Amino acid sequence: MHEMSLAEGVLQLIEDAASAQSFTRVTAVFLEIGQLSAVEPEALSFCFDAVTRGSIAEGARLEILDVPGCGWCLPCGQTVLMTQLHDACPRCGGYQVQVTGGTEMRVMELEVE
Amino acid sequence: MCTTCGCGNGETRIDGEVHETAHEHPHDHPHQHDHSHAYTPAHTHAPGLNRTRMVQIEQDILAKNDAHAQANRRWLADRGIFALNLVSSPGSGKTTLLVKTIEMLAGRRIVAVIEGDQQTSQDAERIRATGARAIQINTGRGCHLDAHMVGHALEKLELERGSLLMIENVGNLVCPAAFDLGEAHKVVILSVTEGEDKPIKYPDMFRAADLMLLNKCDLLPHLDFDVERAIDFARRVNPGIVIIQTSATSGAGMEDWLAWLERGASAA
Repeated sequence: MHEMSLAEGVLQLIEDAASAQSFTRVTAVFLEIGQLSAVEPEALSFCFDAVTRGSIAEGARLEILDVPGCGWCLPCGQTVLMTQLHDACPRCGGYQVQVTGGTEMRVMELEVE
Repeated sequence: MCTTCGCGNGETRIDGEVHETAHEHPHDHPHQHDHSHAYTPAHTHAPGLNRTRMVQIEQDILAKNDAHAQANRRWLADRGIFALNLVSSPGSGKTTLLVKTIEMLAGRRIVAVIEGDQQTSQDAERIRATGARAIQINTGRGCHLDAHMVGHALEKLELERGSLLMIENVGNLVCPAAFDLGEAHKVVILSVTEGEDKPIKYPDMFRAADLMLLNKCDLLPHLDFDVERAIDFARRVNPGIVIIQTSATSGAGMEDWLAWLERGASAA
């Protein structure tokens, strides 16, 4: 996944919010990253560090909340845990699973001054 | 620079002109900061004790690209233009298929093309040789087209109402899957000179596509390629995917592909 593009995206959201909400420094950024989003948290941290240098988010703590993956299995008729996209259903082994959660990549909130 | 695939910024060119990315960030002094831990939703704040406050964002990280893509989608809909995002590995025969498609649609439907490659305008020139309008986006080290680039290309292309727009993405079965350009459908092209198991090896792309063209079918007699197995794998990752076997060289399947195009273009 494009951790650099994502870090740039996070910074863009921060800068947009800074003008709208009048803050000049960010001390922490809280993200929700789904386990099925194929984002590597370490790579994202590295890129976030690189991208925010000289910006209002320089030095900000990056807090990532992992959201587990889940899907609706048609044959089982229930929600099942998914650790990877395109995985078989852990209960019946079939592939008719519709992903219902765990693909998000969201900026939730910022701690600002 | 992207640590995953090395793509950079500020190198995009549209028909030779430098395309500015939406933002520039100065990079001055190095610094250290702590890495993250997973946080519990019940973290507390004491707003009265320090100068910091919390600002709610709750937005998707790819929100900017999605916004540009939606703007593109609206722009295209206003003009009745049916736009497709063609994705595949390099060498699957996308450009040749496009040239053949344009030739067969001559007089029936106006086609315009946005070409995406790291370098050169080779593909745009091949398209222009057919008489169709084409614009080349060179991404430099970039590995996929994004909605911002496509938005600018749309402005330059001067598309006619009711035309068919083909966006030939950078040859790459990984990255383009994540970037909405504002297209009506992604069409994935898999050639029979690749492995049958490509769909399960690159599931995100095959799941993002609504149509799969199994191309270069004229070569099947010379290969061990198992067509049924490839179709099976594609349906495993995307049960609803439509599959058409084509050969731009022999013309096999091209009428079915054109019929699919016509259905979409009429409804646009």
